[in-house]
Amino acid sequence: MLIATENLSVSYNGRTVLRDATIEAKPGEILALVGPSGCGKSSFLAAINRLTEIIPGASVRGRIRFDGRELETVFPSSVDLRRHVGMIFQQPNPFAMSIRRNLELPLREHGIRDSGELRRIAESALRDVGLWDEVSDRLEQSALELSGGQQQRLCIARALALKPQVLLMDEPCSSLDPLSAERVEQLIDSMRGQYTVLIVTHNLAQARRLSDQVAVFWTQDGVGRIVEQGETEAVFNAPSNPIVASYLSGRKG
Amino acid sequence: MRSDRSLTIVTRTLAAISAAIVLLIIGFLLREAAPALRQLGLSRFFTDESWHPLSSQFNLTPMIVATLVTSAGAILIAAPLGIASAVFVNFYAPHRLAVWHRRLIELLAGIPSVVFGLWGLMVLAPIVATFGGSGQNLFTATIVLGLMVLPTVALLSDAAIAALPRPWIQGAAALGMGRSAIIGWVVLPGARRGIGSGIMLALTRAFGETMAVLMLAGNIVEMPSSLLSPGRTLNANIALELGYATAGHRSVLFVSGLMLMLVVSCIVLLISHRRGHQA
Repeated sequence: MLIATENLSVSYNGRTVLRDATIEAKPGEILALVGPSGCGKSSFLAAINRLTEIIPGASVRGRIRFDGRELETVFPSSVDLRRHVGMIFQQPNPFAMSIRRNLELPLREHGIRDSGELRRIAESALRDVGLWDEVSDRLEQSALELSGGQQQRLCIARALALKPQVLLMDEPCSSLDPLSAERVEQLIDSMRGQYTVLIVTHNLAQARRLSDQVAVFWTQDGVGRIVEQGETEAVFNAPSNPIVASYLSGRKG
Repeated sequence: MRSDRSLTIVTRTLAAISAAIVLLIIGFLLREAAPALRQLGLSRFFTDESWHPLSSQFNLTPMIVATLVTSAGAILIAAPLGIASAVFVNFYAPHRLAVWHRRLIELLAGIPSVVFGLWGLMVLAPIVATFGGSGQNLFTATIVLGLMVLPTVALLSDAAIAALPRPWIQGAAALGMGRSAIIGWVVLPGARRGIGSGIMLALTRAFGETMAVLMLAGNIVEMPSSLLSPGRTLNANIALELGYATAGHRSVLFVSGLMLMLVVSCIVLLISHRRGHQA
């Protein structure tokens, strides 16, 4: 297992939003996290890369293992952890800088200073997300001039440039138009085998197309929990939990 | 849309009143200053020997310089302190401390300027006097003026930083950027406009402040040779002399009021013009 959580709970100012989430993701696997809004999926992702540290009032309990060892031991520093565990947000959030600088700034922050090296990594990351041919002649332009879909692919490239092992994606397609969403989905699909992807999505069809494993989150007594998980096809074809069955068939949620 | 029409009328009327007040003040200043300007011409306010209105000497330049020096100096003090305070409460202070820090800054904004003046006179001036002179000079006035406009910079920068979209900051953090890198690359550039407005507002407040500067700057009208020279600002000049000024002298004081407005307007226009280019 590359990433495994055990009884992970997240609360904000003492109010628990997610309780006892236990999941496992193998290297190179895509794990979809589905379920209605407000049942702790995003909080779960934020707990993994310790983004909860900068959310006022957030606290996390439970264990996270990375490659079999405690995450705290493998990455005592959050800066280091986030280099190995990248994150993509619902709204594309490129910096208000040039396309090139968007890619190079995080690399510089991680100590890569050689300009040839920076250029090479930036180009290869842009090629990985299929953006190179679209932007190679305007790398100095502001990233904010790109379309929403291009911005999101730039954000993915920016994360990939750091050579992470895990990518956390929080509804990466939901703010995009259908064509851009399809591009991004193909891109995620192509990452299978290279990166371990944990993706939150409200699009059940997408979860089914994309993921190897699925975990269904549900709110019970006001607290988010994982109510079912397993191989994607098995869960979609024969869910054992009746709530999950009606949710996955579109009758609930 | 009846309600929209009445709201349109109300907002237009109120906006017209605010604009009219500004125009009326300018008109009043022009009318009162007109006799002096007609009689003396504009150039004598810059070329006369000195400022001795009773002996028909009307050089305003030393006071314009004193006004510019104290206000610019105040901004040099207030801008770094104010921005640092805003960054501190948003990124470094524990929640409770941030709340108290904000309250203190708001309190600082509420201290009357005469109290600032008194404090400057009793506490700061004796310290500055150890560098020479009486301690009542442009330097003392600048420091106190800086502290007085500090809350404007701090509170507006704080609001600008707090209004930044959270995903920007989270996005940078998720890329493994440290706190100082996030502040330097994402927060300060993102809040640039709001911080700029704060500095601008602080600058106009510094230009307008009269009492504390009057109490501290020494009030001698001469071209300052250093920060430790005493000086008199345009506002202080009006406040000091209007009480006993008659006819011609009075009109000349309105010229100095006009001059102050002119200086402030020029600087405001200059800065907003430059910012317009950046945006």
